[in-house]
Amino acid sequence: MNEMTRLDATATPLLALEGVGFHHRGQSLLHPVDLRLEGCRRTLIMGPNGAGKSLLMRLAHGLLAPTVGRVRWEGRLPRQAMVFQRPVLLRRSALANLTYVLAIHGTPRRQRKSLARQALERFGLAALETRPARVLSGGEQQRLSLARAWLVEPEVLFLDEPTSALDPAAIKAVEDAVNDFHRRGTRIVMTSHDLNQARRLADDIVLLFDGRLIEHCPAETFFTAPASAEARAFIRGERIW
Amino acid sequence: MPDDANAFQTALALILGRDPDLIGIVALSLKVSLSAVMIAALIALPLGAALALWRFPGRGGLVVVLNALMGLPPVVAGLAVYLLLSRAGPLGELGLLFTPGAMVIAQVILVLPIIAALTRQQVEELHVDYREQLTSMGVSRARRIPTLLWDARFGLATVMLAGFGRASAEVGAVMIVGGNIDGVTRVMTTAIVLETSKGDLPLALGLGMVLLGLVALVNAAAHLVGESARRRLG
Repeated sequence: MNEMTRLDATATPLLALEGVGFHHRGQSLLHPVDLRLEGCRRTLIMGPNGAGKSLLMRLAHGLLAPTVGRVRWEGRLPRQAMVFQRPVLLRRSALANLTYVLAIHGTPRRQRKSLARQALERFGLAALETRPARVLSGGEQQRLSLARAWLVEPEVLFLDEPTSALDPAAIKAVEDAVNDFHRRGTRIVMTSHDLNQARRLADDIVLLFDGRLIEHCPAETFFTAPASAEARAFIRGERIW
Repeated sequence: MPDDANAFQTALALILGRDPDLIGIVALSLKVSLSAVMIAALIALPLGAALALWRFPGRGGLVVVLNALMGLPPVVAGLAVYLLLSRAGPLGELGLLFTPGAMVIAQVILVLPIIAALTRQQVEELHVDYREQLTSMGVSRARRIPTLLWDARFGLATVMLAGFGRASAEVGAVMIVGGNIDGVTRVMTTAIVLETSKGDLPLALGLGMVLLGLVALVNAAAHLVGESARRRLG
């Protein structure tokens, strides 16, 4: 898919976490959470460091299996991709990183290079095609991992604090990319602890605190009329732990 | 007793004059050891990677055995292959004993554990970095083997060179299964042993110098490969 052809958004699958919790070595890192993520929205998972944001994301994406409860996709398993805080790129050229994911997804060999080049172009990386991916700057690496996710045409895209190590221009590039994904019909689930970013991007907000789900509501409600004391404190930038 | 400085000069003359005996011995050494490393790598690279990726009962034991085999004494490997290939042995009919083929087999046995064990280690380390990303992309475990081997390629080049170092420097195994037959199975290390015991120090010394040069070359290559990889790939 080269241009902004929309994915079929009406069929965006629904993700239901049913009593999903996670223990490790007798410690409860995530207390059982019930959460439904519906529609093609941009959900931001927020909370202080160590609240369990990344853990919840990994459970939802299937990188970890919950120790209690279950993660259920209603209907079928959607195409998913994840962008990590620290991009994990193969020790190959920028272009080869993209053709690799196409190969994994069974794209015929002759089409891989041209699709990969279009993705590089879209994310402003065309000039860096032959450069080893791991010597690119932090912002370029993150854009490359977004380009890689773009080629998967995910119905759900998970992003784990994708901007936390980037400068403002690179942050803007990532946020624009997130919106491009969303406009194409990709459901966004992203963690962040940046309130301004949440104001710019979020349709709805999930607030975690100390491994517990505190609140899940539309972004507007969250910022104007937060229901919980923790949310009010978090918005004011106070320590809630 | 021959004069040592004189022996050294004669050795240099043999090398610089490209003495045909010396050339033949060096060529056979390279042929045997390079073949052994290639064959061992074909088996050991995927084996090591698979061992890094799969968890199964007895895996820990296998890793320990593999690590221990890195220190397998060449004479023991030689003896085992000798018994296997001797006329009365299970593979005696192949008639391989005292041929370069037998020497390659013995060296494969010596080199394979080194390449497999070090490959497992390198691939496992790399996989710690890659696991989540590869899982997220839906890469199957079998598909990860070539991916990780390729991405660890510079480290693995050093591993192969280590294997070549072991193969070209050992004497016990090739002596037992090759028999040090002049012009047929005589390699650098066995020739050095023989010439030294005969008192023909110039040829022994010449071969020693070539062997030393070769080992130095291999190490320099390993160093350069590692350095350039670090510079180019970060």
